Amino acid sequence: MKTLGPRGSSLWIAAIIHRLSGLALAIFLPVHFFVLSLAFHGGARLDGFLRWADQPLVKFTEVGLVFLLTVHLLGGLRVLVIENFDWHDGQKRLAMLVAAVSAVTAFIFLMRVF
Amino acid sequence: MSSAAPAQLSVSLWRGSDDGCYETYSVPRRASQTVLDVVTYVQRHIDATLSYRFACRVGMCGSCAMTVNGRPRWTCRTHVAKVAANGRLKIGPLENLPRIKDLATDMQPFFEKWRQAEGVFAPSLTRAEPMARIKPDSRARMAADAAIECINCGVCYAACDTVRWNANYLGPAALNRAWTLVNDERDAGNAARLTAVAASGGCHSCHSHQSCQEHCPLALNPTESIAGLKRRTVAAYLNGELKA
Repeated sequence: MKTLGPRGSSLWIAAIIHRLSGLALAIFLPVHFFVLSLAFHGGARLDGFLRWADQPLVKFTEVGLVFLLTVHLLGGLRVLVIENFDWHDGQKRLAMLVAAVSAVTAFIFLMRVF
Repeated sequence: MSSAAPAQLSVSLWRGSDDGCYETYSVPRRASQTVLDVVTYVQRHIDATLSYRFACRVGMCGSCAMTVNGRPRWTCRTHVAKVAANGRLKIGPLENLPRIKDLATDMQPFFEKWRQAEGVFAPSLTRAEPMARIKPDSRARMAADAAIECINCGVCYAACDTVRWNANYLGPAALNRAWTLVNDERDAGNAARLTAVAASGGCHSCHSHQSCQEHCPLALNPTESIAGLKRRTVAAYLNGELKA
């Protein structure tokens, strides 16, 4: 018996991923700017943070960030195309393509980061 | 009906209003049986107090929509074999609408939003004037035709999570109707209509989940209509055509 009801289609999941990735990036960005601001207080504090950020667990987290950023960017472009240009069918395929390209981008980052 | 299908269906029906619960009935399985047939069997043979709504039984009137195994559907056009392979059916009233009793919902908010979206034709000619000649292959007429067959069953409204999250959202059916009129060359109400659908709770509230398209029994695409309204309202805003 289907329990998700109207929810659970690939486009609904795409919308939820878009929203959650946007929230995650909104939380990440202030932290990112704070880290950059450490440079204003001398290089030592920034270098200390960067050494801490070299830990494998942090690098894995960065892979997640790359995925979130890519999926939010491409998913947002898909929605902008829907809302600003003539309608095109095949949105499910486009959403799957967005997820696939984001996963490949994150994987390439993972391969290069270690 | 396949030989492997059970002789009896286990049918859970929502009974009561908001504080109600599902009650389970045993209904004989029959060939070519629709979900509406099942509900009608319960009402005619088991419990005459069961309340539900239907009229045409052939997918013309749009009054028999209910939630069937978690999805909003026309019950008259949904075969049991399609949705209850294991012999179980769970049937409730449409979501996102007030429950009156059992399987009947109050459609008033749905049609009230239709009016809020200026979904009523505003004639630009009187009956004394010659009939307008509309080219069927014009871009506007084809856009209207693509959305015009809606019979207001409420399935898209029940399937829409934006309606669930935002009580003021006009919903896919009302906005789809507005889009058909925006593209109707005979209509003279677009200034008020575009203002209405551009307001809070209008077309710009849509998240493009496309659940309306996914569930529409007529395979219409209200998301496409709403996307069209988004473009038209932005253009109207930039041209200073939206009323304050």
